[in-house]
Amino acid sequence: MSEDRTISALPDGLWTQPQPSVPSGDDTVSEVQRIRTPASFVYDFTPGRAPSRFLRGLAEKKILGEKCPVSGDVYVPSRGMSPVEGLPTTEAVEVGPKATITSFCVVHIGFGENAPPTPFVSALILPDGAAVSLYGTILGIPHGDVRIGMRVEPIWLPDDQLSTSFENITHWEPIDEPDVPAEQLKGHM
Amino acid sequence: MAGSTDSQDLLRAPLTIEFGFSRTTGPVIGAFLTGLIEQRVLGIRDSAGRIVCPPVEYDSLTGEPITEMVEVGTEGVITSWSWVNTPREGQPVQEPHALALIRLDGADTAMMHLVAADSDDAVATGARVRIRWAAERTGQITDIECFELAEES
Repeated sequence: MSEDRTISALPDGLWTQPQPSVPSGDDTVSEVQRIRTPASFVYDFTPGRAPSRFLRGLAEKKILGEKCPVSGDVYVPSRGMSPVEGLPTTEAVEVGPKATITSFCVVHIGFGENAPPTPFVSALILPDGAAVSLYGTILGIPHGDVRIGMRVEPIWLPDDQLSTSFENITHWEPIDEPDVPAEQLKGHM
Repeated sequence: MAGSTDSQDLLRAPLTIEFGFSRTTGPVIGAFLTGLIEQRVLGIRDSAGRIVCPPVEYDSLTGEPITEMVEVGTEGVITSWSWVNTPREGQPVQEPHALALIRLDGADTAMMHLVAADSDDAVATGARVRIRWAAERTGQITDIECFELAEES
């Protein structure tokens, strides 16, 4: 956020801290009421083997999941094991790119350098063939028209800007396909 | 390729997690920070009559709000310190310096800040220091650029 904005106000009487007496100073200096105190942690991040495979797939505009050897469920991005069975995944499977919105919210306070203009929709998106949903931003449609079950597809960075990054998918946009009934999305959020 | 154990498959990238906090100061901390713009330091009197600096909003003994702010000195004495030989990225001073607790004249508690010194030999508990003000002051603790060693008066 580049500028402050009021996001809430306390009703009269809730704030009980008394006003202190302050020795008089320079009247031309306006009183400090708000400060910025940014905090950051700088990591050297190693995603691990399975997420590395997922990220390498993204560099080729492929969304790769990995299959549970028992249930056949495809997890994306894979951590290299099935969280339900506790077994290593053994088979990489390409999922999507078409996908379905399983849940969403309308974001009114954006943060981060790459946040779209507010309000925008942040959604859980279930790629076709996957058992679990990914996070994504929905653009290309008024936020009030977004629905659970809506069909979407990823919008990729230009080919010459692709890297091993989830940011290769800039956002998702609706496609002209019938909604998926919410019943079918249970357990896939 | 699931299950590969070749460590050369691993990706690695810098990752910065950042929280851009903006917070309200309240009237006590606000007055303290406003004072820094004016090149003066304010403390606050607690229920035992001690001057707490930097000021706190509530009494440490009774928990009641305290309100009588008073001006303290811009010189003081080092009560404890350690030498920072290798400042880390993001610290306000990149040269070796002391990180010290400093009790300002007129205050009964100490504040933490930097002390500029050529070497740790120059720093001692009990040494007198004075504030070096930042040229541009905006109401942040960094309006005090650092403390510097003062001649014994």
